[in-house]
Amino acid sequence: MSATVSEQSGPRVRARDVTIGYADRAVVSGLDVAIPTGELTVIIGPNACGKSTLLRGLARMLPTRAGVVELDGAPIGSYPAKEIARRLGMLPQSPIAPDGIVVEDLVARGRYPHQGLLRQWTPQDDDAVAGALERAGVADLATRPVDELSGGQRQRVWIAMALAQQTPILFLDEPTTYLDIAHQVEVLDLARSLQRDGFTVVVVLHELNLAFRYATHLVVMKAGAIVAEGAVADVVTPELIEEVYGLPCRLVTDPETGTPLVVPKASTR
Amino acid sequence: MKRKRVLVLGPLSVRVRPRSLTVGIALLAAIVVLTVVAVMAGDYPLTIGQTLAALFSAGDDPLAQFFVQGQRLPRVVCAVLVGLALACSGAIFQPLAGNPLGSPDIIGFTVGAATGALVQITLFDGGPAATALGAVLGGFGTALVVYLLAWRSGLAGFRLVLVGIGVAAVLQGVNSLLVVRASLTAAQTAAQWLAGSFNTSTWSDVAITALALAVLVPAAVVLSRPLGAMTMGDEAAIGIGIRVEPTRLALVIVGVALVSVATAAAGPIAFVALAAPQLARRLTGAPGVGMIAAGLMGAMLVLASDLVAQRLFAPTQLPVGVVTGSLGGLYLIWVLTREWRRNA
Amino acid sequence: MTAAAVAAAPPQPRRGVGRRRFWGIAGSVAALILLAALSLAVGSNPIPLDEVWRLLWTPDGSVDASVVHDQRIPRTLLLVVVGSALGVSGALMQSLTRNPLADPGVLGINAGASLAVVGAVAVFGLTSIWFFLWFAFAGAAAGAIIVYVLGSTGRTSPTPVRLALAGVAISMAVSSLVQTVILSNQNAFNEFRFWAAGSAEGRGFPVLTAVAGFIVVGLVIALCLGPALNALALGEETGRALGVRVGLVRAGVMAAVALLAGAATAAIGPIMFVGLAVPYLARALCGSDQRWVLPATMIAAPAALLAADIVGRVIAHPAEVQVGILTAILGGPVFIALVRRRRIEAL
Repeated sequence: MSATVSEQSGPRVRARDVTIGYADRAVVSGLDVAIPTGELTVIIGPNACGKSTLLRGLARMLPTRAGVVELDGAPIGSYPAKEIARRLGMLPQSPIAPDGIVVEDLVARGRYPHQGLLRQWTPQDDDAVAGALERAGVADLATRPVDELSGGQRQRVWIAMALAQQTPILFLDEPTTYLDIAHQVEVLDLARSLQRDGFTVVVVLHELNLAFRYATHLVVMKAGAIVAEGAVADVVTPELIEEVYGLPCRLVTDPETGTPLVVPKASTR
Repeated sequence: MKRKRVLVLGPLSVRVRPRSLTVGIALLAAIVVLTVVAVMAGDYPLTIGQTLAALFSAGDDPLAQFFVQGQRLPRVVCAVLVGLALACSGAIFQPLAGNPLGSPDIIGFTVGAATGALVQITLFDGGPAATALGAVLGGFGTALVVYLLAWRSGLAGFRLVLVGIGVAAVLQGVNSLLVVRASLTAAQTAAQWLAGSFNTSTWSDVAITALALAVLVPAAVVLSRPLGAMTMGDEAAIGIGIRVEPTRLALVIVGVALVSVATAAAGPIAFVALAAPQLARRLTGAPGVGMIAAGLMGAMLVLASDLVAQRLFAPTQLPVGVVTGSLGGLYLIWVLTREWRRNA
Repeated sequence: MTAAAVAAAPPQPRRGVGRRRFWGIAGSVAALILLAALSLAVGSNPIPLDEVWRLLWTPDGSVDASVVHDQRIPRTLLLVVVGSALGVSGALMQSLTRNPLADPGVLGINAGASLAVVGAVAVFGLTSIWFFLWFAFAGAAAGAIIVYVLGSTGRTSPTPVRLALAGVAISMAVSSLVQTVILSNQNAFNEFRFWAAGSAEGRGFPVLTAVAGFIVVGLVIALCLGPALNALALGEETGRALGVRVGLVRAGVMAAVALLAGAATAAIGPIMFVGLAVPYLARALCGSDQRWVLPATMIAAPAALLAADIVGRVIAHPAEVQVGILTAILGGPVFIALVRRRRIEAL
């Protein structure tokens, strides 16, 4: 399964001068960002820097109080809800699996934007669900109840649901929280293989080393603003880490992938 | 992965679940059987032949015709409609509240509809149409109060339910107060009505209810698709293209209207809204909300309860609300024992 | 959640809390005395207070005297005793479950007791309170357990929300069953026509003498458990580390609650919200030290119940509105305010 490559290889999702926040405080203000098409963009930053807020604003989960989020050149608010859902899929941070639902039924929910009151289920839906299960590596779990699965399996099932939407753009909000390292790698390997097949993938992560390993485009945030952006090799320096995280460190090269590894300096206390 | 069975009829292409279909047909059959039994039974017993004859005005027994067409049939039809409405309302609110016990009879809407109707009966001496209007106003008023009180920079499901419980308790007290303070004749009618009964169902009651349900039930069925997806959480639902806030508002309006109309017709009847959707789900095993199956189950439950209420201690007629409440208690005990066994 | 104050905690600033406590308790005592006096005077046959005073000491065989001595005195005393029981059982439950919404009415305990009573009368036909009191205890205990289990479905321990929901569901079911029994059984109907909503009317000395002993025992158990409950308020593990015998304390609380709620319900029927609102007020005035909260509740709760009963006698004069109805109407908003105020843990 691969995404259709769009004619415009320029960024499909952009934010222009956006301010996003909750009831009484703005978490992100006056921010501009363009998500490069076909890359695996990883957004990192310390706690409460606004990375999840930004992602959710880009995915129209949160309204913008100022500025505009654009999808394919038009403000995202101008599209009907189902149209957005056909172009942009998202794995939310804490999705709730309804009681007792089995994997294939949950994944089938992802077909909603392609269905209607009259066209409630078609063979295309069958194909899409089968493809999504296969792609996410959960095809053999199809008839199992979701609440019986392990953390890593469950995440992949939710990703399968997003895949069933058949969107060329995928957002993953902290998909590796609460997962042990083997499952974290599992999920990020899937993200990478999707990107290699032409999807535009955006992931919010808080593990730096994994972020450096997988990102083809890195966005570093601090206190609601973007501090650095670009390829990992260009952007990541010990000074940057210290500035953003307040952590004096050294960088060594990962022997497996050649990407940077953060090594905190030993404390002299 | 097996292909899903699909029924195609022109532009319509829907999924067919064999088990749900079987359950639906079985429930429908049960409703038909119970209808016939209910029409046959009574202090003036009839055989099947006589019943059918009276139903179609073909017999030569005018008394039988009167009983069947004038009393029993409207009662039975009313029971079916009320059960349908209550079950659909429960099927809407339980997923909305995020809790299987978050049913409109527990969070105060039923009681509020009763308050509205009682105000009409005891303070304004209203007739059936006025009572129906009172119930609808009461139901919506209560829903508004509960939502406003539960709103605190956002609506958390659990706060809604807890506030609903508080409001229900207050309104139950108010209902009793209204009965105590009413004039003697009004108090009689009110007390009887408060227990929930089909004793006085007339064709005009049926007409009003049927008219309302003709609009509300299809709306509930249509809205049940996005509702099923909304149980995954607001963000996941937005992600697949559901307009969550407008859908939620529409669901609340339809749900409250359903429970108000049902309460207006027969007084507050507890536990159908709670139990019918869950029983239906256990039988069909289908994911999602299962509005139609729930509705059929509700209709059957109310019909069966009314039959029991009439015949159990004959000639004393129990109010149907008492029977559904008791059955609800048994249902809860059954749920409990299942939990015990599961956790033991 | 309520801040936990343990016996080993550093001494609180004496001025503020001490003063509030003093005035709180003094105020409650004064209110109680005043309301008790009012309770003797108010009713379908209002008697001025000075008359009441005279008749108290020199009964003269008149109608008024008999009203005061045979009806209002036992009624007032009963309300005091029962109010105490309800308030303290609520305080105990709130402390044990660390749930501010716990109340024997909300959690279906009173409903369970009432079902047991009505069922016993219907089945055995005996209407002496000495007989069905035991059923009330059993019903209260069963109600507590059933609600607890129903509230814990799928999890190991019930959250406040699920407990409340389970309690309401059970209460509804039970009240329907109670209605069924009453409507189908003449004995039960006669005895319990008014009692089913919670009513102190027509309950005389026999009822009072029957329940008073059990309530006193329950109150004593509660007071003795005060310090242990303080320690347990920090959590089960912390309590154990401080030397509390958790199992024993839990059993003691359950026993006290069954005695208190069961006796109260057997006496005047199921009543909601007294056990919820009064302990909340007591904690607001006295802090969360159970050694103060429990006695304060013991004094304030009867005052609250008397107030509700008096309002019930006045509001539909000369008819009476049962006290259970009043506590629902007056206590419901307190419940709602509590829900809004507190950060109630989610599901």
